[in-house]
Amino acid sequence: MDRFPKHRFLPYGLILPSLTVIVVFLIIPFGQAIYQSFFRVSPFGRQLRYVGWRNFVEMFRSPEYLSSFQNTLIFSVLVIGIGLTIALIIAVLTTQKIRGAGFYQVAFIWTYAMSPIIAGVMWSLIFDPSIGILTHAIATVTGYRINYFTDTVAAFILVTVASVWVMLGYNICFFVAGLQNVPHELKEAAAIDGATPLQTFWVVTFPMLSPTTAFLIFVNTVYAFFQSFGLIDVVTQGGPNRTTEFLIYKIYRDGFGRMQEGQAAAQSVVLFILVAIVGAFQIYTSTRKSVYNR
Amino acid sequence: MRIKRKTLQHLGIHTVLILTLIAVAFPIYYAFTMATHTHQDAYAFPPILTPGNQLIPNILEAWKRVDMGVVLTNSLIIAVLVSIGKIVFSILAAFAFTHFKFRGSWFLFPLCMVTQMMPLPIRVIPLYQTMANMGWLNTYRALTIPYLASTTGIILFRQFYMTVPEELADAARVDGATPMQYLRSILIPLSWTNIAALLVIEFVYMWNEYLWPNIVTTASDMRVAQMGLRMLYTSERGAAEWNIIMAGTLVIMLPPLIVLILFRKQFAQGIAMQTTK
Repeated sequence: MDRFPKHRFLPYGLILPSLTVIVVFLIIPFGQAIYQSFFRVSPFGRQLRYVGWRNFVEMFRSPEYLSSFQNTLIFSVLVIGIGLTIALIIAVLTTQKIRGAGFYQVAFIWTYAMSPIIAGVMWSLIFDPSIGILTHAIATVTGYRINYFTDTVAAFILVTVASVWVMLGYNICFFVAGLQNVPHELKEAAAIDGATPLQTFWVVTFPMLSPTTAFLIFVNTVYAFFQSFGLIDVVTQGGPNRTTEFLIYKIYRDGFGRMQEGQAAAQSVVLFILVAIVGAFQIYTSTRKSVYNR
Repeated sequence: MRIKRKTLQHLGIHTVLILTLIAVAFPIYYAFTMATHTHQDAYAFPPILTPGNQLIPNILEAWKRVDMGVVLTNSLIIAVLVSIGKIVFSILAAFAFTHFKFRGSWFLFPLCMVTQMMPLPIRVIPLYQTMANMGWLNTYRALTIPYLASTTGIILFRQFYMTVPEELADAARVDGATPMQYLRSILIPLSWTNIAALLVIEFVYMWNEYLWPNIVTTASDMRVAQMGLRMLYTSERGAAEWNIIMAGTLVIMLPPLIVLILFRKQFAQGIAMQTTK
């Protein structure tokens, strides 16, 4: 560990650049957000007024906030559930002993380079009410024309599909790496004991993958909570009927559009707690594994 | 009999993979064909799914409507600056955490990890006020410096430096090398895979950033690529000029795609390293 014992002050110097950025642009602003969450900007002038827990109490009483909260959770669960399931299936298939396995692994990576806005633009063309190819297909089969400008379900599906799509490359990449780390001997041992491939997967492979899965759940949560902002801002602007006004979008609107900084700060604190819970779960899962792991 | 079953199984796997690949690639292909048609052909029904010959005129048109030169240059500058900055900062911090024993490291290391828990959007309002107070609005400083600490980077290099044999550092020390000389002439040359992996991760990340640049820039010459795309989309959406929108989209998605394709091997290796604990 200590390979240069005589240099006692150098390590602090080495950490200083990162630490400065963390303190000045992370810790302090976060502290300010907590502080601001107990204040309100008075309607006259720019004075701050201490309001105690009122921002939080009113937030959780506001039907708008609660429905935004609920929609964000549904969106996140869908993005994580659908996205990780598809990614895991593809990753398992591309790590089989088949010809061209390497080609497939590369061929699926590239959605990683796409931004949420690009995903939104491309999928909004497919869902376009007048010329969208999917709109045509659905209208031909059912006679019903979907319109994501007015139809809440269509808008929700649009943002979910675009999100699953844009995260797919990243998710597959991590699952492939995770699957390649699962020792072969374990799978072979299970096979010798007469386990079917499906049993081997659930009993051996999937538990061994849990740090990867937990990490991906965290990353996809961060995507659903924050990165999806661009997609929403460009494609639906939170509509129709506020269905896609997810928490981060609401913070942005309340904080910058409606000048309600205190209320927005309170929302940020709640959002941080949600992320921290998922993050703690990830750290718990990955450290638990390292105990197992010799 | 057994061989035959295996062949069938492989055939099934290939079929599933190829169909999924087509489904995943379809939006890009559709966008591409759209970008190659005239406004009229883009509107044809049933949709024309073969490429036309209007790609260059459409790109030029998109270029004109949004100041593409400006937004692409800005994004390139901030993506390169942040990638290099994060690589340097992460290497230094990871070097400290793996090669030195120092007071407070038990506390400082987790502190560096919390960045992951506090994504920028959570701090966006106070951070904006800080930028405004410092007079950093509409500057490259606001678009780069708050990003420079990287949990991913520190983990990536730390994982690798922990596996570097101690004898290397011992030998360097015996030869009278200072820690910084050892870092520069031994450790960094061994780190190229990780550096390339982090370059991909950070370049793609910065190129695709939208929320923060959108907040700290108001001047038209400070806009970034994603803002340019939004402007193109919202202004042409009304006229439904999908051919122009998609031509612009193709241009804007290209740089990160090139970086990813160039360094895809290092990227995959970097990810593999991140998943092994």
